Amino acid sequence: MGNKDKSQSVIKRKDLQALFDSLIKKGYSTYGPCVQDGAVVYDRIESVSELPIGWTDRQDNGNYRLTKTKEKRLFGFVVGPHTWKKYLYPSESKLWEAKRSGHEFEIVAEVNQPYKQAFIGVRPCELQALAIQDKAFLEGEFTDVSYLQRRQNVFIVAVNCVQPGGTCFCSSMKTGPKASGGFDLALTEVVEPNKHYFVVEAGSSAGVKILKEIPGKAAGEKEVLAAKKALRKASSKMGRRLDTDGLEKLLFKHIDHPHWNEISSRCLTCGNCTMVCPTCFCGNIEDVTDLTGQTAERRRKWDTCFSVDFSYIHGGSIRSGETARYRQWMMHKLAYWPEQFGTFGCVGCGRCITWCPVGIDITEEAGVFKREG
Amino acid sequence: MATAQQNKKMVKGGPAYPMLVRPYAIRRISRETYDTFTYELTPPRGSGGVSFAPGQFNMLYVYGVGEVPISISGDPAKPQALVHTARIVGAVTKGIKRLKVGDSLGVRGPYGSSWPVEEAVGRDVVLVTGGIGLAPLRPVIYYLLINREKYGRIVLLYGARTPEDMLYTGELERWRGRFDLDVRVTVDRATGSWRGNVAVVTQLIKPAPFDPMHCIALVCGPEIMMRFTILDLEKRGVDYDRIYVSVERNMKCGIGLCGHCQLGPTFVCKDGPVYRYSDIRTIFTKREV
Ligand SMILES: Cc1cc2nc3c(=O)[nH]c(=O)nc-3n(C[C@H](O)[C@H](O)[C@H](O)COP(=O)(O)OP(=O)(O)OC[C@H]3O[C@@H](n4cnc5c(N)ncnc54)[C@H](O)[C@@H]3O)c2cc1C
Ligand code: SF4
Ligand code: SF4
Ligand code: FES
Repeated sequence: MGNKDKSQSVIKRKDLQALFDSLIKKGYSTYGPCVQDGAVVYDRIESVSELPIGWTDRQDNGNYRLTKTKEKRLFGFVVGPHTWKKYLYPSESKLWEAKRSGHEFEIVAEVNQPYKQAFIGVRPCELQALAIQDKAFLEGEFTDVSYLQRRQNVFIVAVNCVQPGGTCFCSSMKTGPKASGGFDLALTEVVEPNKHYFVVEAGSSAGVKILKEIPGKAAGEKEVLAAKKALRKASSKMGRRLDTDGLEKLLFKHIDHPHWNEISSRCLTCGNCTMVCPTCFCGNIEDVTDLTGQTAERRRKWDTCFSVDFSYIHGGSIRSGETARYRQWMMHKLAYWPEQFGTFGCVGCGRCITWCPVGIDITEEAGVFKREG
Repeated sequence: MATAQQNKKMVKGGPAYPMLVRPYAIRRISRETYDTFTYELTPPRGSGGVSFAPGQFNMLYVYGVGEVPISISGDPAKPQALVHTARIVGAVTKGIKRLKVGDSLGVRGPYGSSWPVEEAVGRDVVLVTGGIGLAPLRPVIYYLLINREKYGRIVLLYGARTPEDMLYTGELERWRGRFDLDVRVTVDRATGSWRGNVAVVTQLIKPAPFDPMHCIALVCGPEIMMRFTILDLEKRGVDYDRIYVSVERNMKCGIGLCGHCQLGPTFVCKDGPVYRYSDIRTIFTKREV
């Protein structure tokens, strides 16, 4: 992790623009949260003024609403329907092109030029989600080169969560509310009467370098304490909870439980939960040709285990029933993932709860199996 | 960059892009049955064959149409000739059927696990297979015959729907003529001049000459056939940890990245397709996992 600088700095609210400026000067495209169509999404932004200043989100099962607050926090909301994975694993991308000549064809790989992206406002649960996708795409026997090309030049500015949302349960999944690694810089926003500043920790040498270019000072005891206190309070304000102790084994034990049918009687198998999930990595491959047939392309798209086609083999789908598909999704997150990758496939971000049109709540449903014992 | 962690490590799994296919030329096409064909492929100019282990598969790409997993059905001792046997069932396999000698077929692989030829040394080997399932087992038969002295009795039990559905008939005839290989075939339904067994393949298990306590069983065929085969092997006293099965699942990438092939906590493309039955029994016996 390079030379980690454990000491913390303080950047004033009015100086935060310098962070954007110096990243842009270093050739980064900067991305961050902003308000679009009534939700906080991630997009290209180049200034502090584009952040959702003063906005906060109210989240519950199948429910998301933005409201204005009196505090002019820059990061007074949690996560919305977007995830950072769209910049590393785009919802659709080209992998290669084939050119035909006579009976033969030749393949030309799609090379993504080294591309410097800076993510500003990555939440601790999202850092863990990135680590989980790194594991799936980079640490197996085969490396996903298109992911690697996008991933290796990313600069990450994390923002710790002092105000967890209504569907958050990162403390249960041990991924938040404070970032413990995987960032270049991590900010904790502190708002006090007449004071608004960020306590900043560098997590890499690149982070240390950028930090030097931003007006600020070493953090005093008071400021460090204020940030610590805010974070400590956050843990107790989680909207949801999931008792993960022994959960993996219990789910295996209850794989034939009738409650799966009960859940699937409500589930629309729309796949929304997989589209908003920061860890879901399943993809489809599509091979297409242009009209002349002289060039063909291989494309990759996000896919969802909720579709019938996902498990299709000649003669019929393996998981043709809705129950089997919901079960696959939840078992993958909470029972199979630990065996496959050594961590849960859920980071407790709560998106699947908020964005499920019928409000199915993974913590509640897993809790049912947990209570069965 | 710190956050890119150790990820600058060498890219494994092929020169650089594991999703890239290499165009092979079709050298020969043989018709096995009305819907099944064997393709012999030559590597692109300037490159040699790729060695493989019996039971492994390749992803075969038909230009502009798509890509499907197909087992290697050739002789592992002759990797310069890449051989695949494909049953024509849908979009991509129909695309394969349209190709002629000299045309290109994209290949990437070989991928997946293989039959336990080492573990089988010194034991009887029972191969139970149905339909197209003989194709993924043929490399292991070649291997066992080349290394014949290392193994006990070798029994091949093969079932097809009708005599017209039977693969590799010439070769089966030659194998039947050998004293060191016990080949027993059956059909579900006799047609024409068939004089052999009419029964499902599982019925061949009970009378087959092998030592249930000291054998390895290799099973490959439709899932339902494999389930019944396992029951009958168990009845004869073959333990689950000496039974191997080859599992089929939808596969889009073949290399553990797309998620399509998952079978419980495993990925069929990398943990399978060949599994020791005792390793997957609890999940394999559940419906729609
Ligand atoms: C490890 C492995 C080895 C195989 N070996 C052979 C072999 O040696 N010979 C052979 O004839 N067949 C083999 N199959 C089955 C073969 O892959 C399918 O018949 C083929 O994918 C059908 O594709 P299609 O486009 O012609 O059919 P469609 O029915 O049009 O299929 C559409 C898509 O569904 C998927 N699909 C359909 N059937 C299967 C299936 N059975 N398994 C996996 N995915 C499927 C594919 O993605 C395919 O592109 C193997 C399958 C696996 C998983
Ligand atoms: S759980 Fe909700 S979001 Fe997910 S597929 Fe079912 S209805 Fe859609
Ligand atoms: S499963 Fe739900 S709560 Fe867990 S990481 Fe995915 S979207 Fe977030
Ligand atoms: S086929 Fe893509 S993960 Fe196995």
